[in-house]
Amino acid sequence: MKKYIIQSIRLTLVLIVLLCIIYPMGIALAGKLSKGNGGGEKITKNGKVVGYALLGQSFTKPEYFWGRPSAVNYNAAGSAGSNKGPSNPDYLKEVAARIDTLLKYNPSLKRADIPADMVTASGSGLDPNISEQGAIIQIKRIAAYRKIDERKIAELVVKNTNGPLLGLFGPSTVNVLQLNLALDELK
Amino acid sequence: MNTEFLGIIATFLLTLVIAIPLGKYLAKVFAGEKVWTDFLNPIEKGIYKLSGINPKEQMNWKQHLKVLLLINSVWLVYGFVVLIYQDKLPLNPDGNPGMTADLAFNTIISFVANCNLQHYSGESGVSYLTQQYVLMFLQFVSAATGIAAAVVLFKAFRDKTSETLGNFWEFFVKAITRLLLPIAIVIALILTFNGTPSSYESKDQFISMQGDTVNVSRGPAAQFIAIKHLGTNGGGFFGANSAHPFENPNYITNMVEMMAQTIIPIAMVICFGYFIRRRKLGWMIFGVMTIGMLLLMIPSLSSELGGNPEIAKMGISQHTGAMEGKEVRVGPAATAYWSTLTTIISTGSVNGMHDSTMPLTGLWQLLAMMINGFYGGCGVGMLNYFIYLIIAVFISGLMVGRTPEFLGHKVEAREIKIAAIITLLSPFLILAGTAVSAHLFTNYGDATWTVQPKNWLNNPGFHGFSEMLYEMTSSNANNGSGFEGLGDNNTFWNLSTGIVIFLGRFLPIIGPVAIAGLLGRKKFIPESAGTLKTDTLTFSLMTFAIIIVLNALSYFPALTLGPLAEYFTMLK
Repeated sequence: MKKYIIQSIRLTLVLIVLLCIIYPMGIALAGKLSKGNGGGEKITKNGKVVGYALLGQSFTKPEYFWGRPSAVNYNAAGSAGSNKGPSNPDYLKEVAARIDTLLKYNPSLKRADIPADMVTASGSGLDPNISEQGAIIQIKRIAAYRKIDERKIAELVVKNTNGPLLGLFGPSTVNVLQLNLALDELK
Repeated sequence: MNTEFLGIIATFLLTLVIAIPLGKYLAKVFAGEKVWTDFLNPIEKGIYKLSGINPKEQMNWKQHLKVLLLINSVWLVYGFVVLIYQDKLPLNPDGNPGMTADLAFNTIISFVANCNLQHYSGESGVSYLTQQYVLMFLQFVSAATGIAAAVVLFKAFRDKTSETLGNFWEFFVKAITRLLLPIAIVIALILTFNGTPSSYESKDQFISMQGDTVNVSRGPAAQFIAIKHLGTNGGGFFGANSAHPFENPNYITNMVEMMAQTIIPIAMVICFGYFIRRRKLGWMIFGVMTIGMLLLMIPSLSSELGGNPEIAKMGISQHTGAMEGKEVRVGPAATAYWSTLTTIISTGSVNGMHDSTMPLTGLWQLLAMMINGFYGGCGVGMLNYFIYLIIAVFISGLMVGRTPEFLGHKVEAREIKIAAIITLLSPFLILAGTAVSAHLFTNYGDATWTVQPKNWLNNPGFHGFSEMLYEMTSSNANNGSGFEGLGDNNTFWNLSTGIVIFLGRFLPIIGPVAIAGLLGRKKFIPESAGTLKTDTLTFSLMTFAIIIVLNALSYFPALTLGPLAEYFTMLK
């Protein structure tokens, strides 16, 4: 019994050195070679950091493409989903209100064209992407606010749509931050 | 849509391509045969020497369990102390507070038990020291504990009659050096080069394009997420788990993380067949488990891709399926597949919020955790399935009127009693736990606790009941996922689920190892014409039927009150 306890404690200490010091430090060192040096890749504009490539941020101004609703208002220090059940009446009212907001800001938009991702909160509250359809329905509004030709913005959306992995696996996505950065470049 | 299906199919096929050779390799490793990783021998020798262990010392099943429980107790004490005092210890750049006693109790049991139910949020509830020196450490060693326990069981059936079953330390250390650590390194590298943070830098701040000030939690996450999946642990580095873009940056990492959590559970089944030299039995078990997985996955997929009927009534387009709680880069198909994997295997990590999935998907998630043996967690999946096998052998024996035998050993009253107790334990813990919480919620809603019972639930009606049922089921299955709307960081939930996790972990390890130990030392009876063969299609179907009947009888009433009732209300 006593022998086993001492062995347990000694083995625990040895494994802490291997698993909690050597392993993670080694990975952290290798991570220095990655984009963002292991601290998350940052996006800069005019020399200033305006966001992280992987993290969504809040866009509410009508002249920008909007991202998905977020249960934590894009707080990157406290990610979470809404955890609302599919039959929750308060939740369904919230979704209906989001649809109304979209219709208000995009007057020519038809209900049936609104994709679900634009009116439902993401799992992390930090989803950086929307679907291609989610971007397309906003083109008219942005063109009107920015007084830019619709076709130019539509081209931009196509250019910023990332297809499935290798063209074969998974959904296509649009990164909202990158799209809006490109939008600001457009003259 | 089609690319989403292709994504799932490719992921599953790639999983098999890795898992099957891995299983054969593991059989050799644990049998002490020559393998290409033998160059690691000196490291293992060093570990034994520093720990004062003689790996040649033979142990019987009781000694194995004694050692297993002792080292787990050491981890419980060590981790509890660190969690309470993490605010006073180094490596806490964000200045997070120490845990309350009840939260530390819950958290440490949860991580020692390979469950990883989390009543705290990674960004604000733990320091980097805790993340790495306690939680990540336990993600390695709890997985290795499960694997070692399973190998002890395998060992009992390798030779005709065996009193001693090898050395626990050797199985445990090899599970880390030959399996978990090397693969974790590969996965951690893939993650960090796809954008997951891996450095020790503290929180960052930036001004967004619209001028908002945003704080960003970071930290050594890639190392953690690799073993969290590989070891079927599932606890997130960040609050949103693998839905968080840092934990799961893109579709590649999503595939890698799904494969990582599935390869060892499948490999252990193949390993069993090769190790005891009854390959056909291994393949048959694999077949039953895969059919079970598909039967849970396909309906989940269809109910998620179908979208939310209540939202459909609002007239918008759900062409990609239900999106609440899901991430666009993953998509509903891969989220549904993941939700099945993470619940049949006891991982419990999520890439989309289970609380927001459709009622029937919730039903399949619950059922998957109740069965807890289709692939199952690292090592413990085989232990759970073994109990089903023993029950199936017993019932088949009764049906044909012969003394039941399993692999040449008579299964007698003592073994059946243990199997019956372990089988009854799960429904007891889940249903009694849910009943008590539902009782408190309805009758003591105004009790003056930190969180009043009436405020526990995030959703009204049947879905609220599902939240409580899910929490207890997940605890008992050592799964760790949750219907996270539940307000669970308070004394009642911390203590009750802590106890359920503890019993749901260690009794289902002790039971099967004891049965195997008892069977292994009985006289070997050679096969004859009257022997019940366990590697046939008929017996596999029998086992499958037993699994379904046992779980349906235990849980149907509770499932009716939760997800089924919600489903039928939404149909109206």
